[in-house]
Amino acid sequence: MLITSPHLDSPDEFYEALIDAHRDLSTAQSHELNAKLVLLLGNHIGTLPVLKEALALARANTVSSTNT
Amino acid sequence: MAPFSLPADATGAQIQAVEFAYERSPDQDARSPAHHRVVVVGAGPVGLSLAIDLAQRGQKVLLLDNDCKLSTGSRAICFAKRTLEIWDRLGVGSRMVDKGVSWKLGKVFFKGDLLYPFDLLPEEDHERPAFINLQQYYAEAFLVERASALRNLEIRFHNTVAAAEQRADGVRLGIDTPEGRYEIDAEYLCACDGARSPLRSLLGLETHGRVFRDRFLIADVKMAADFPTERWFWFDPPFHRNQSALLHRQPDNVWRIDFQLGWDANPEEEKKPENIIPRVKAMLGPDVQFELEWASVYTFACERMDRFRHGRVLFAGDAAHRVSPFGARGANSGVQDADNLAWKLDLVLRGEAGDALLDSYGAEREAAADENILNSTRATDFITPKSEISRLFRDAVLDLAHEHTFARKLVNSGRLSLPSTYRDSPLNTPDADAFAGAMTPGAPAADAPLGQNWLLRELGEGFTLLVAGDVPAWASRLPVQTLRVDTEGPVAQRYDLRPGTAYLFRPDHHVCARWRSADEAAVRAAIKRATAC
Repeated sequence: MLITSPHLDSPDEFYEALIDAHRDLSTAQSHELNAKLVLLLGNHIGTLPVLKEALALARANTVSSTNT
Repeated sequence: MAPFSLPADATGAQIQAVEFAYERSPDQDARSPAHHRVVVVGAGPVGLSLAIDLAQRGQKVLLLDNDCKLSTGSRAICFAKRTLEIWDRLGVGSRMVDKGVSWKLGKVFFKGDLLYPFDLLPEEDHERPAFINLQQYYAEAFLVERASALRNLEIRFHNTVAAAEQRADGVRLGIDTPEGRYEIDAEYLCACDGARSPLRSLLGLETHGRVFRDRFLIADVKMAADFPTERWFWFDPPFHRNQSALLHRQPDNVWRIDFQLGWDANPEEEKKPENIIPRVKAMLGPDVQFELEWASVYTFACERMDRFRHGRVLFAGDAAHRVSPFGARGANSGVQDADNLAWKLDLVLRGEAGDALLDSYGAEREAAADENILNSTRATDFITPKSEISRLFRDAVLDLAHEHTFARKLVNSGRLSLPSTYRDSPLNTPDADAFAGAMTPGAPAADAPLGQNWLLRELGEGFTLLVAGDVPAWASRLPVQTLRVDTEGPVAQRYDLRPGTAYLFRPDHHVCARWRSADEAAVRAAIKRATAC
């Protein structure tokens, strides 16, 4: 079951670290970093049904926000 | 100065028109520089709070200001719970709250939609609200009223510090007046002279940090509108595409509207009413009648001085540190500086504390400034993304936040001012016993109902020893006020009290030590530590 309620220890610190990780990268490099990050986190989570749920949710949210 | 008091129905326009008279001081005719124990420079909210606090503690205080007027325009408007509690101690809290607009709810919008509401004080049983909104000129006027009632506090308007020389035993100041320059000596000098601090320059000191490449327009408009008393923040609203906007209520039907303009905006053009009015109309709709009260276009920086203490000079407020406005951490943190400094300087002047107590002012408030700068920088980075990828993440968070609560924790429209806990302060006595909850050594005391009164109202001007259950007889031998509280009830809950638990509060109402069972020697040692003796 994918957790979508607040679960991060320190949300602001996480977000800052995420943006910092991209500092001074080109857009192409940022895409690459994001791809690698997804793969790393996917491996860490490990459970396929959870990952599939996350993929479906992210896709649905993206399609609906692009349409509006 | 002559006692100053405002008519109960004084309007904002009347207050902004007040001019305090220049009065010649005998110091200007003295043969050698007059000696003052403590001089505060800058009669803004920070300098006034500090001067009042020192005077209430019995010090003779001289407050110098280069101007003769109160704040022009609303400027700082959000005063936080902790600031109100400090102002309660200074005798002006009720005046502020009665005039101010109390609020605690906010809403965050993305494009046209409400993303989520939030509550800054969901807990009941606090005397003061999470925030009040109040134009800075009202806050300053109420503080001047209070200051003018204290006979050992003298304010000199039209007195501009033009020279400052640090000496071993104080600071010699050269002061310009309409009748020329005179000199005085101050044992201690408190620089509360604002973001551009002339004293900082006169002493050859610097401030360091980060300037943000963005511009914002503040428009205060007067209108009869029925928006609720809440903080509304929009990311990318339909009326102001690709930027952010903020709406906030002030007293007298004045509303603060803040528009992000971007770095390329021309400040001179944007300041013109003919350019402001269409922006406001787009936000409010064509039918709302409003008058423009005050407008300003600004950029901002997050920066601080490396040290707030330089020998006999202590910097406080914007002179020492600056933040972006998101989070209301500017004036609020400045008043907390004053709260931290006043009792320490008082004890040092009385010879009842070690000089190192003033170093702890620097250590505690520098750490607090870092916390404020960190929060304000994060909010600014979220609100004004500086790269394509940070914008992408920002918008992804906002898209997800509508449906998924986890993402709301990542949305950052400003983390609103909370007082700092001085966790690493040298004045704290580390816990030897186990406690639950937030009231660790260094924490600002949380309020709670106490009998017919409130806990914070019962804490003393000096150190206070709070005991759950009967106060031991030895406590009367200590230089503290004692306070007995029940072992059950709201205070007991917030402080995790059990029979015999004792808390020692500093004069600024921060916890500095606590015990499950206190003895005289332990409390004496904790007071010694907290006064750097």
